[in-house]
Amino acid sequence: MTTYLRECSVVFRRQIRMNLRNPAWVLIGIMQPVLYLVLFGPLLKPLVAQFDTGTTNAYTFLVPGLLVQLGMFGAFFAGFSLIGEWREGVIEAERVTPAARSALLVGRLWRDVLQLLVQALILVGLGYAIGMRGSVTGVVLGVVITLLVGGACAAASNALAMSTKDENVMAPVVNVVMMPILLLSGILLPMTLGAGWLQTISDFMPFRYIVDAARDAFTGDLGSSEVMWGTGWAVLIFALAMWWGASVFRRENA
Amino acid sequence: MIEARGLVQTFHTGQGKNKKEVHAVKGVDLDVAEGEVVGFLGPNGAGKTTTLRMLVTLLRPTAGTARVAGYDVATEPVQVRRSIGYCSQVGSTFSGAFAGDEVVDHGMLYGMSRKDAVAKGQELFEKFQLEGLWRRMNKNMSGGQKRRLDIVMGLIHSPSLVFLDEPTTGLDPQARANLWEHISGLRANEGATVFLTTHYLDEADALADRIIIIDRGEIVASDTSDNLKASVSGDQVSLELSSDDQVATARDKLASISDDVRVDGRLVHGRVPRAGKAVPGLLRDLEASGVGLEGIEVIRPTLDDVFLTLTGRSLRDADEAAEPENVDAETAAPEGATR
Repeated sequence: MTTYLRECSVVFRRQIRMNLRNPAWVLIGIMQPVLYLVLFGPLLKPLVAQFDTGTTNAYTFLVPGLLVQLGMFGAFFAGFSLIGEWREGVIEAERVTPAARSALLVGRLWRDVLQLLVQALILVGLGYAIGMRGSVTGVVLGVVITLLVGGACAAASNALAMSTKDENVMAPVVNVVMMPILLLSGILLPMTLGAGWLQTISDFMPFRYIVDAARDAFTGDLGSSEVMWGTGWAVLIFALAMWWGASVFRRENA
Repeated sequence: MIEARGLVQTFHTGQGKNKKEVHAVKGVDLDVAEGEVVGFLGPNGAGKTTTLRMLVTLLRPTAGTARVAGYDVATEPVQVRRSIGYCSQVGSTFSGAFAGDEVVDHGMLYGMSRKDAVAKGQELFEKFQLEGLWRRMNKNMSGGQKRRLDIVMGLIHSPSLVFLDEPTTGLDPQARANLWEHISGLRANEGATVFLTTHYLDEADALADRIIIIDRGEIVASDTSDNLKASVSGDQVSLELSSDDQVATARDKLASISDDVRVDGRLVHGRVPRAGKAVPGLLRDLEASGVGLEGIEVIRPTLDDVFLTLTGRSLRDADEAAEPENVDAETAAPEGATR
């Protein structure tokens, strides 16, 4: 186990060193949710009371959704940098070392999750600064859920990258997967505003429960069934994505 | 160090009706002894890289067995990886990372401490004339420097066996010659057994103790460069005589060591196995018989002549006709693989 963690940390340090060489990317990555917060948040102020989501504060409603969006979108692009490394022979060079092949994935996920944590803290801090209110415990739980979602998406993205090894294939696949998730998860507006058929479809979208869980956590309703279901889904998706990612990285011909 | 028996690699390319089975490697047997420098020669698409990827545990053989550095590639891959160094033809370092950082991180993945990896890395940088480039990014290095850095990466953990996949592809002649010197020194300075793939005839000729020729997934020859050339046709010896009346005597003398003698005016040609040994005796014989020579020329056969004899086509023609080597290795799905 010590050897495994050491291998993960070698990969992590290498990745984080490259990220620190281009810190602008961390800020560029958070620009989309920040813009939503600053430019879309004010539009919700007169509407949020009608949402029946346990809060009348537009930012307490919006920030948890943006966190989940950040976790999904930011992390789902992690695989693109992996393709770049593969093209330059880095992945193959790592795969002929005795290091556990799953450690090559886990080290990279540590980087993705740390980067996501920094972005999440910036987003939450900005949210508080412009008027969000939320229980500290609930916010911590919301960030943890975000990290689980982000870790899952990063693992899936890396697995996809190792399977396709082509940005031109990966980009449309990511778009096809992400758009329905974004539209059916109630990230920007609650699904309860929609028609019955739309709500029925979104009932089959696990990310909807995750967004609801993060919202309930922010409002301090930590014992709600939504928090239980959403956290459960986040853990399950994380476990499945890790299993997929690890099995792709372990494959002899990956 | 390497013992392979009946190695097979089958890929599937295309989908649906276009699905095609590609037999990239068809039952390869290999034996490489400790301390040998072996050149694995063949045109593009012959199966060199695919064979090498099976030996370094990047690809599971479809059939057959291989032991590398005493370990089975299928059942003991981690022990194999611990014992070998590998320099891929596409490189091994990230263009935006410092060379020294890449080498140290690579060493640490082999279990080396940071201190040991730094010390060994700096020693290798000096040996491979990369002094002053520790804090330089790969993207700011010349082609030759990048390839030397790749070899340093492969040697950081002091492996007993080093695999070099087309080490000089894409380099200019000067950088190639420089890299050859370093590769030649691997056995002497690092005590390593070297297995290198190449499609350059002169490279295999200059670097390898023994050459294994692969074509269309099958081994077609394995011997020293000299023996391969001698076994095919021998050296061509051409005698230019000072007068016409000595042609018959010269032809008879040359015929005593050659089965294939031709006369063209005052020129007498013949194929002689190992001319280096036979020609001094021939010259003494001619002198004793009073035959005067204007000149003598000995032309050694090339590995291309060997390839032509063994396969019926020139290595260069085969290169042009072949599919790229990495089609099978990188983009196709090995048999039974999930894509």
